[in-house]
Amino acid sequence: MESVIERIERGQFWKFHGGIHPPQQKFLTNDKPIRQLPLPKQLVIPVQQNIGLAGEIIVKIGEQVLKGQALTKASHPMAVPVHAPTSGTIKSIEKSIIAHPSGLSELCILLTPDGDDRWLQRKICTDYQSLPKSDVIEKIANSGVAGMGGAGFPSHIKANTKAQINYLIINASECEPYITADDLLIREHCAGIFDGIKILDHLLNPAFILIGIEDNKPEAIKALQKECQSNDRIKVCVLPTKYPTGGEKQLIMALTGKEVPSGVLPSALGIVMHNIATCFAIADAVIHDTPLIKRVVTVSGQALAKPQNVWALLGTPVEFLLKQCGYQQLDAQQTAQLPDEKQIIMGGPMMGFSLPSTNVPIVKISNCILAPSSKEIPHDEKEVECIRCGQCADVCPSQLLPQELQWSAKAKNQQQLNQLNLFDCIECGACAYVCPSHIPLVHYYRIAKAEIRQQSALDIQAEKAKERFEARKLRLERDKKARDEKTKKAAEARKARMNSGTVSGNSDNPLSQLR
Amino acid sequence: MTTIIAVLVVGLMSLIFGALLGFAAIRFKVEGDPLAEQLDAILPQTQCGQCGYPGCKPYAEAVANGEAINKCAPGGDDTIKKIADLMGVEVQPLDENHEADNTPKVAFIIEEDCIGCTKCIQACPVDAIIGATKQMHTIIIDECTGCDLCVAPCPVDCIVMQPLEQTTKNWQWDLNNIPVVQVD
Repeated sequence: MESVIERIERGQFWKFHGGIHPPQQKFLTNDKPIRQLPLPKQLVIPVQQNIGLAGEIIVKIGEQVLKGQALTKASHPMAVPVHAPTSGTIKSIEKSIIAHPSGLSELCILLTPDGDDRWLQRKICTDYQSLPKSDVIEKIANSGVAGMGGAGFPSHIKANTKAQINYLIINASECEPYITADDLLIREHCAGIFDGIKILDHLLNPAFILIGIEDNKPEAIKALQKECQSNDRIKVCVLPTKYPTGGEKQLIMALTGKEVPSGVLPSALGIVMHNIATCFAIADAVIHDTPLIKRVVTVSGQALAKPQNVWALLGTPVEFLLKQCGYQQLDAQQTAQLPDEKQIIMGGPMMGFSLPSTNVPIVKISNCILAPSSKEIPHDEKEVECIRCGQCADVCPSQLLPQELQWSAKAKNQQQLNQLNLFDCIECGACAYVCPSHIPLVHYYRIAKAEIRQQSALDIQAEKAKERFEARKLRLERDKKARDEKTKKAAEARKARMNSGTVSGNSDNPLSQLR
Repeated sequence: MTTIIAVLVVGLMSLIFGALLGFAAIRFKVEGDPLAEQLDAILPQTQCGQCGYPGCKPYAEAVANGEAINKCAPGGDDTIKKIADLMGVEVQPLDENHEADNTPKVAFIIEEDCIGCTKCIQACPVDAIIGATKQMHTIIIDECTGCDLCVAPCPVDCIVMQPLEQTTKNWQWDLNNIPVVQVD
């Protein structure tokens, strides 16, 4: 363990397999401060914004809510509540289109802001060290903090890891070529982030805290280094820029040289990783009693007149953000064409997805809205045959065999896909990026993963149906047997009665004649 | 002389091996029909009886004994293909007597019309309907296999088959890729 820290102090890191260097587009947004936006006319707050379960809705239509008031209640450890991002009236609770590649609708709470932005009474708490740890974790859970790097895993679960933690890793690498949200957050709110890191330090008691950041953010690095001068357990680790350094397993490899085995959580190796924006949200939650109601979103792309990072309230429609950042082409006709044109991307260009509509809301995990010009991302690259060049295998950070996977995915050979460890694919898109045949490899994997998941769900259901069917058959047989037994007994009793009747001389009984 | 010895030796050997095989057949006897078990695992377990057998297992046993492989309507072409692979026979199209539409469905009781006759409860092969005499019945969606068997017995026609709703949980991707290229 000592050698890991020694290496880091010497500025030496490990290398993870593969990776690519896509053209950097961070210059579009990394020179402007984070902008505050006016209130949108309508906020659409999806009930579920995290991995896991949705909370229970605790507000009614027409109810007046204050800023920061909880709209749902978590009744399960994997559920995360959502809060009102501003004061206003609950207009309705209905299914609305959400930020998901399918364009399907899910239950959302529609909030009409009243413009007053009145806060719920908050209690500032600076002495969290004196509180029991469970109280601090409850504060995080009640504030609805979920991993803001993209996965949306409930943060209070990660913060409640019972295992002995050697390294708490703070992920600030932000390797997607366009996104600068974390970069700007570090530059402007470094102190707040460190408050969050200290809270996690208090909860997890790690031996060391490693902040992983790529070398393309010099100002953020300076700010972090200045802040952690006084604490030699916190190390700022400046890594060479390479996509996807920000992947959980890749960053662990780069910082500690440890490979997280397939199907194992990093906590089994004594490692917990949090995103840097999540640290800021945790500090807000614990110290300022402020739930997660806003986040930094990079609104970028060459189709915008004013690309910039903005503080977006959760539930803000993407359309509002685009208008604020000078997206001109958005008239009614164009909006109608969107599903075919695929012009707006949520998330980065590597891992994001095209939005089905611009009415979808910003949620806890949306870090970027990309409006590229047609030159940046051409639409019709034609897929041609695989030429077996093997470049995809060279760049795969999970050391899989992308071309083998692709063939098995096309053949729908689920057994083979499992053998090739399809589920270790992090869908980073490096293979598709280097593919000279323009094969959208990741999409084949996503389809195959969804199919395998569905198949296993069906298998479980079939097994359950079989059990119930067999249980029912057994029960029916048992009932029939019991019934037969009963009729037999009754018949015998009748016979006995009749026999005794005959003996007593009642031979005119019509029944006995029938017999 | 040599001929007699040869005949004797071969005869003796065949006796020994015969005895060995006979012993093995008794000692290592497999209970049940392994082929039928494997077929049963492939079938979708809707227990709908559309194949003409009272459930998936009886049909699996029938297929193992030479019944046509193309009678499972809920399984559709995928299941037929899997059975064909296992049995080593040609893939056949689904039997024409069956509906080709095998989109997953669940039964739904129009609750205000239900008179509480319990006929559907008796028809359900997987006990997915709850209710009691003269009380409204309802269907446990998670347990319903969409077998259709409850629809016919209902005297007031208050059961309808509905396609399963698509949610983000069971949604399947289509190829809407986002290619990234070098910008000059």
